Amino acid sequence: MLRTTLFTALASLLFVSCERRSDVEIANEENILIIGNSGEPKGLDPHLVSGVLESNIIRALFEGLCVEDPAKDNSSLPGVAKTWVPSEDFTEWIFNLNPDAKWSDGVPVTAHDFVFSYRRLLSPDPDWPAEYAEMLYFLKNGEAYHRSYFGNILCGNDPDFPLAWETLKEANFQGERTLKLENFKGKEFSKLKEIDLKKLKPYLEEGESISLEKLTAEKVDLSDLTKTEKIIFFNAKGIDKLNKEQLQALAKETDLIKWTEKVPEDVRQEVLKRIIAHHEADKPNLWDKAQVGVTAVDDFTLKINLRGPAPFLPEITKHYTWYPVPKHIVLKYGKINTAFASQWTRPGNLVSNGAFKLKTWRTNHFIEIERNPEYWDAQTVSLDGVRYLPIKNYYTETRMFGDGQLHMTYTVPSELIPMAKEKYPDQLRQEPYVGVRFIRVNTRNKPFDNPKVRRAFALAIDQKAVCEKILQGGQTPASGIVPPFGEYTVPDVIHFDPAKAKALLAESGYESTSSFPEISLLTTNSDSGLREAEALQAMWQKHLGIKVRITQREWTTYLQKQYDADYDLCVAGWIGDYLDPTTFLEMWVADGGNNNTGWSSKEFENLLNKAENTADVPTRMGLLSDAERTILSDTPVLPIYWYTTNYLIRPEVKNWNPLLLNNHPFKFVKIEK
Amino acid sequence: MLKTILSRVIQTIIVVFLLVTFVFFAVRAIPGNPFASDKATSPEAQAALEAYYGLDKPLPIQYFNYWKNILTEGDFGDSLAMKGRKVSTLISESFPVSLKLGLLSLALGMGIGIPLGIVAALFHNKWQDYTAMVVAMAGICVVAFVLGPIFQLSIARPLSWLNVAGWNRTSDIILPSITLCFGVAAYLARLTRGGMLDVLSQDYIRTARAKGVPTLQIITKHAMRPALMPAVTFLGPAFAAIITGSFVVENIFLVPGMGQHFVLGITSKDYNLVLGLVLFYGILMGIANLLSDIALILMDPKLRTS
Amino acid sequence: MTPAVQTLKADIPVAEKGSSLWADAFVRLKKNKLAMLGGIIVILILILCFIVAPILAAIGWNANEQDLANRFAGVGEKGILGTDQLGRDLFMRVLEGGQISLLVAILATCMTVTIGVIYGGIAGYIGGTLGSIMMRIVDGLLAMPFLIIVILFRELITGHVDVAAKFLIDDWGWNDNTVLRFANLIPLTIAIAGFGWLSMGRIVRSSAASLSKQEFVEAARSLGLSHTRILFRHIVPNMLGPVIIYATLTIPSFILYEATLSFIGLGIEPPNSSWGKLIQEGANFLETNVTVLAVPAVMFSLTLFAFNFLGDGLRDALDPKASKD
Repeated sequence: MLRTTLFTALASLLFVSCERRSDVEIANEENILIIGNSGEPKGLDPHLVSGVLESNIIRALFEGLCVEDPAKDNSSLPGVAKTWVPSEDFTEWIFNLNPDAKWSDGVPVTAHDFVFSYRRLLSPDPDWPAEYAEMLYFLKNGEAYHRSYFGNILCGNDPDFPLAWETLKEANFQGERTLKLENFKGKEFSKLKEIDLKKLKPYLEEGESISLEKLTAEKVDLSDLTKTEKIIFFNAKGIDKLNKEQLQALAKETDLIKWTEKVPEDVRQEVLKRIIAHHEADKPNLWDKAQVGVTAVDDFTLKINLRGPAPFLPEITKHYTWYPVPKHIVLKYGKINTAFASQWTRPGNLVSNGAFKLKTWRTNHFIEIERNPEYWDAQTVSLDGVRYLPIKNYYTETRMFGDGQLHMTYTVPSELIPMAKEKYPDQLRQEPYVGVRFIRVNTRNKPFDNPKVRRAFALAIDQKAVCEKILQGGQTPASGIVPPFGEYTVPDVIHFDPAKAKALLAESGYESTSSFPEISLLTTNSDSGLREAEALQAMWQKHLGIKVRITQREWTTYLQKQYDADYDLCVAGWIGDYLDPTTFLEMWVADGGNNNTGWSSKEFENLLNKAENTADVPTRMGLLSDAERTILSDTPVLPIYWYTTNYLIRPEVKNWNPLLLNNHPFKFVKIEK
Repeated sequence: MLKTILSRVIQTIIVVFLLVTFVFFAVRAIPGNPFASDKATSPEAQAALEAYYGLDKPLPIQYFNYWKNILTEGDFGDSLAMKGRKVSTLISESFPVSLKLGLLSLALGMGIGIPLGIVAALFHNKWQDYTAMVVAMAGICVVAFVLGPIFQLSIARPLSWLNVAGWNRTSDIILPSITLCFGVAAYLARLTRGGMLDVLSQDYIRTARAKGVPTLQIITKHAMRPALMPAVTFLGPAFAAIITGSFVVENIFLVPGMGQHFVLGITSKDYNLVLGLVLFYGILMGIANLLSDIALILMDPKLRTS
Repeated sequence: MTPAVQTLKADIPVAEKGSSLWADAFVRLKKNKLAMLGGIIVILILILCFIVAPILAAIGWNANEQDLANRFAGVGEKGILGTDQLGRDLFMRVLEGGQISLLVAILATCMTVTIGVIYGGIAGYIGGTLGSIMMRIVDGLLAMPFLIIVILFRELITGHVDVAAKFLIDDWGWNDNTVLRFANLIPLTIAIAGFGWLSMGRIVRSSAASLSKQEFVEAARSLGLSHTRILFRHIVPNMLGPVIIYATLTIPSFILYEATLSFIGLGIEPPNSSWGKLIQEGANFLETNVTVLAVPAVMFSLTLFAFNFLGDGLRDALDPKASKD
């Protein structure tokens, strides 16, 4: 009985499914593009995501002030903005918006939507989990508003304040970055390492000791601290981070924190008074006082003021953090800073202003978007829709491509590249991509607190072999961090040189391999990551005689270990957000959220600052190049190679051209039948 | 019978309770952070996220709240990894897919495994036995992550109507269910063989044989039912396991099933998702065991009367 | 064999020369050609992995030495079975991978047996409410997706094992390669055993429960023997049959677990390898270089076949009426 039912079931199945055309053939008729997108998006709120796969969808749904050129890097086409005019020094920009630009529900896109969006992304509330707010620090006062720099907002922005901000800002508002109290948690003063003691030295008298336990307690009791301890506590925190009680205590004894002599006592009292008043008023929102550099002059004119000259601003506005979100929809489903609880990005609710709008979203199944009839430039849009498949298994993806199920793959795994070269020579694309693969070094611990050891490890990596023998995707050995593009000259510093590496190691005092501390290389649990790590392991063993263990962890643990500084070496990658070297360099400043190496350098930061205030492109690039040279000479990162993209694409897909950022505008893509 | 059902239900409730309690504390002991992301999160943002999901409270209170939300509102909480999505939505979206796939592979597994086992037992220690067992064993030995790609290349590629992977056409279920069914078939074949050998050595079968009852009739009328009992005992838990999806098969064939949530839930420390899945799985396991208990009672006259 | 059985047997008059349970079983096992073949293969593979491989390693055959210029060398071109994706000797990798896989499986089985016999034995022997509570706990854990248990154990244990390994290397001067190679097996083994003992516990409990009702146990009790003594000297020895059979069948399933964990990326620490890891990496080269997959897959399948047939054969031989899984 059972078997008969089974056979009938199977037989009927076979008859039902006699669709002989491939998925791509059907999609071609429907004018829909099917692409592999490597996984399920974490969300579609442009302010809350940070991954490449999410950006692939968001780019089709939303549109910023400018739009990517389908064929040229460093060229911006009009998006929501019809025209834009920079001031002479590139710090003030006027964007004239297109009055025809509409949300997919027919409501016009206005300058107010942009102001709302930027205010939303920069929300200072601690429960606002935007990961990419730094992208808006280009705006004047953007960082001050987002990070709640009270001194700057309440005193610096007030033209009537008795002392100019230029002078006042020398006071310790943001805390001493090297003196992070959390780092002392659980340590005993008498057992502090030299490196920690150095940080405390300026505050301690000869032979004086302090109680780290009290200083790093969850709730610090000021009355319980000695004067020295108070000084350390206040200076570590900075005026902006103190709470009401602490500020009141400080007002009684302003000498407890560094002000510089130029700030007289009455000004000190005024500063503290204003901040205390703000705390007493239950911390009202400071947007109006913060004077962030974005203003709606009228409905269709947006004025943007930058913190420094940025001739490349149109480039940046193409990044999804600069896209507008629909004010009327976001507020319908929550408050301005309602994050994950808001349902505004769910299918049915989501309203977008790009060439496409969301049609279907099934978890782990597919996301489909369809033509947005309200789009201002709808006649240019050729595709009727795009279907994104969350294919995590890239081997399956390549096989699906071969079976006519996809127009385009997300990538080609390096194992299959030789096969793809042979079988699909015309469909395989290998294009440069602004991204770098490197090794983060934890410079806090032995042996990597020694720059010579770091340098030795960098020089012992046979980058060419990694690129040619393991990856085979056309990647190039990285002589520095920033990949080559545009007018930037890459400092040519790191090269495979086993003899020099050995010599450096010998100089470092770690000559005999047995005295070398046990170290491990942290990597993700992907197969390609493993192969690469095994190759590196073998290279260090061969050229330096040092055994490195490999620790593989899943993604979240891998990240957490880096934030916790619980690693020695760690393979990582970084992909540029926009076409400017700063996207690769700014992360290495002392409090950069993605630095994680414990390395910092005043010289490096000064060069970056200088570059930030330079409008002249060649000078600026020269400064940035110097900055990169500084970091490379100290080698807290060991560059391995510069990325390429490898993917398969069917010949009927047109207008998909090599782009360095790999941000292809779906608006211009065509399927030619 | 009623007593069996009742005691199973009570048992299931206890088991599920223990399970959720254990897992609740265990997943929080795994190192890692559900909110780790590509970009660094500040300690304040971390704390705020924890507060939003109620993870800042002391463990016993979190535990109490978890049950309170389930019992009073039927709310399994929000997924921590796939933000903005409810655990219940994730399960209700993916379970039908896994159920469909699981049922078909279970049926296929039974269709292959049971006949193989019977044949093997009938020809005990003869070449038919060996062949049947080698075939069955092959199902265990060739792991799914090898079998899947081989099927993709050797079956789906040449057949124009069959896709390599995906979940859009009706035919898309074929390859994953074949891949999944092998393991079930292999176990069933071995269990059926053992059960059949056991029964065939019983006196009443020998008597029937001596009386000249045809072999086929002996098997279908007398031996079949008791011989299948070990297989039925196995099918209970196997059923629960197979209809909740398989990570490997879903990953290879791009099936939007439940199996990947188990792996994703644990690797991304999505406490709520893991707990929801464990709860769901435990209840399913209870139901499956109950069904197999009832089947056993119906099959065994001795149990029926007692 | 055991005192209990011998005393029982002594009362029965024997017609022919006393053939023990084991001798009988061996006679029956010999009749089962597939099981004998399985046994021989198991022995051969054990010799290959645990005797031949260390000898080859000692004379300088290195499983981890890379030769990026000679990737994917064919059979016989370099080494016995060619090289893998990083130019490492495939033959040595398969043997050393086998060492790891088999060690994990065998060690985990030993742990499974120990925990299962003690826990299941106690639960079955005392019975009653406590016994059934003990079994409900097992049921509860069995109803848990095994991945959760495995990851949990692994994460909790890894740190401690590293400390122990460091101690052995630094203070006792052991060879760091060997220590590390085997140290990172421990979390995995414990993780697998942490899940595997549950089924063993159930089987042991049911046979302990039925044994504890038998006359010889009552006799032992009336003699005033302590519970521990009754349990471990009289009941446990009588359960060895089913336990050994089940253990033989556990080994292949543990090798499989290890392979599945490798697919998810939770296997052992590189550059060392196990069969699961080799197969999983090899599967990526299905289109481009089948040897890398085929070599470990064949060894792996052969071993699984052999263990399973040996286990089946043992069961048929030792306990012809057994019909459990």
